[in-house]
Amino acid sequence: MLTIAMPKGRIFDEALELLRRADYALPPEFDESRKLVIDVPEEQMRFILAKPMDVVTYVEHGVADLGIAGKDVLMEEERDVYELLDLHISRCHLAVAGLPGAKMNEIAPRVATKYPNIASTYFREQGEQVEIIRLNGSIELAPLIGLADRIVDIVSTGRTLKENGLVELERIAEVTSRLIVNPASYRLNGGNIERLVDRLAAVIPQS
Amino acid sequence: MAKKLFMFEKPLGMRDTLPFLYELKKQVRSVMAEEIERWGYEFIETPTLEYYETVGAASAIADHRLFKLLDQQGHTLVLRPDMTAPIARVAASRLYEDGNPLRLAYNANVFRAQQREGGRPAEFEQIGVELIGDGTVAADAEVISLMVALLKRVGLDRFSVAVGHIGYVNALFLEILGNEERASVLRRFLYEKNYVGYREHVKSWPLSSIDQKRLLDLLSLRGGTDVIEQAKTLVTSEEGRRAADELAALMAALWTYGVAEAVKLDMALVSHMSYYTGILFDVYAEQVGFPIGNGGRYDDLLAKFSRPAPATGFGLRVDRLVEAIGETDVRGDIECIVFSQERLAEAVELAEAKRAEGKRVVLQHIAGIRDIDAYSQRYRSIVYLLGRGGQ
Repeated sequence: MLTIAMPKGRIFDEALELLRRADYALPPEFDESRKLVIDVPEEQMRFILAKPMDVVTYVEHGVADLGIAGKDVLMEEERDVYELLDLHISRCHLAVAGLPGAKMNEIAPRVATKYPNIASTYFREQGEQVEIIRLNGSIELAPLIGLADRIVDIVSTGRTLKENGLVELERIAEVTSRLIVNPASYRLNGGNIERLVDRLAAVIPQS
Repeated sequence: MAKKLFMFEKPLGMRDTLPFLYELKKQVRSVMAEEIERWGYEFIETPTLEYYETVGAASAIADHRLFKLLDQQGHTLVLRPDMTAPIARVAASRLYEDGNPLRLAYNANVFRAQQREGGRPAEFEQIGVELIGDGTVAADAEVISLMVALLKRVGLDRFSVAVGHIGYVNALFLEILGNEERASVLRRFLYEKNYVGYREHVKSWPLSSIDQKRLLDLLSLRGGTDVIEQAKTLVTSEEGRRAADELAALMAALWTYGVAEAVKLDMALVSHMSYYTGILFDVYAEQVGFPIGNGGRYDDLLAKFSRPAPATGFGLRVDRLVEAIGETDVRGDIECIVFSQERLAEAVELAEAKRAEGKRVVLQHIAGIRDIDAYSQRYRSIVYLLGRGGQ
């Protein structure tokens, strides 16, 4: 039995699609409205539906053998898990954005983000001292109302930025979803996991 | 309210050990300590506090995970983050004298600060051994075999030891990449278990397709003894081949010891960025998501205490072992004698007789008990010596 933690929503749908293409017999319709745990006995699989940021926690603690998580989450959380495959799904990127032409405050430049670790590492590497303000959503709001000079967030089409009059200033990293594995499961359940990895690797869309 | 804020709180990562868990840990600990002694290792103790500049700096644990404090002269101290560095200090200064192998063991609490969520103790008990002054593969085989023997003795049946060789990884990287800088980039990816990043980097460098394939093949070199032959075909340097030969010798010895079944080779295993110098290993058990122990050869450590010597060893985490073994009822086998004042002498006599037989006996005055029903639940059996000697 393999337990797989996945974020709800778009990544879940795309990951299921991949698994089906890899010949896993999954039911056509998942009732993912309420349930948090979905068993697929035919394939000896159990899916745990979690918040994207929590998937890595479940996998690191070993309550899930595997997980599917965005590279953004892996960079932010730095958990001790194996990152075995780039699934090439849910593509987006991490970027610095702000109001066009707006200068950084010279005394205390502020950056709002859901990713405090990534943001502080990035600006430190640029040799810039900034103050990080952690937000949980609607990051685009921060520069509009004067909370921060810049934001660090994921950008997929750029539409949200545009609609709020923001522009992308710097690209930090490319993001796709990754297959992650708990180190103990990797050692003890190696055969099953290896088969899953091989079958998935064979159907991953190459960009 | 504010005054009571910390009354029941403990600092992050600190835990109490209540009687139930204490019994369980005691059992696990004593079974293992006994086995370690049977293999001729001698236990030692070292101080909880050590100097940051010596033991702290020599330790394999990252700086940000050390608990630091100042002594009255202003020296920085650390709560020992592992036992290997203190033992290396003792061995270098006192015990390792004639250059002959030295077998030492320890059972101690170590301290590692952590900032994340619960579920990760910052103080935990480790039991392990250090075999100092023996650079042979036979020494590596002995410590791995001893570790497996301990896990079997405590009743663990589903566990796996992943064994690698950092000398092999370094040799392969150096002969393909030519410089240490690039080698350390790749080594970091392996250390962080980021195989995606490793593959991307290998593909992004201008290497011949053969060399790229050699580096990528490293990731799939996992399994039994047959892996070593494949590993040999990837390297051409003397060092690389020697490392592969060492693994072959190790596996042969582990078969002789009868523990090879529990061992899986993983040529891409890098469990620390710089500490280990040869054969290294991690051990995992069913039901526990984190490693229950690890070890390996650290031939450079003793030199930090001006007494260069090869060494190898392992440490097992007692807390995670207990978790892996699962809950078994080891409630203390305690009997209780409840007495009233008139029969004190009789009660004392009975208790002494039972204790002399090695039994654990509680002697309790009836007047001290509030709720006799709840109280009697705690003990395996109860004897009442009440009223005037009328039985």
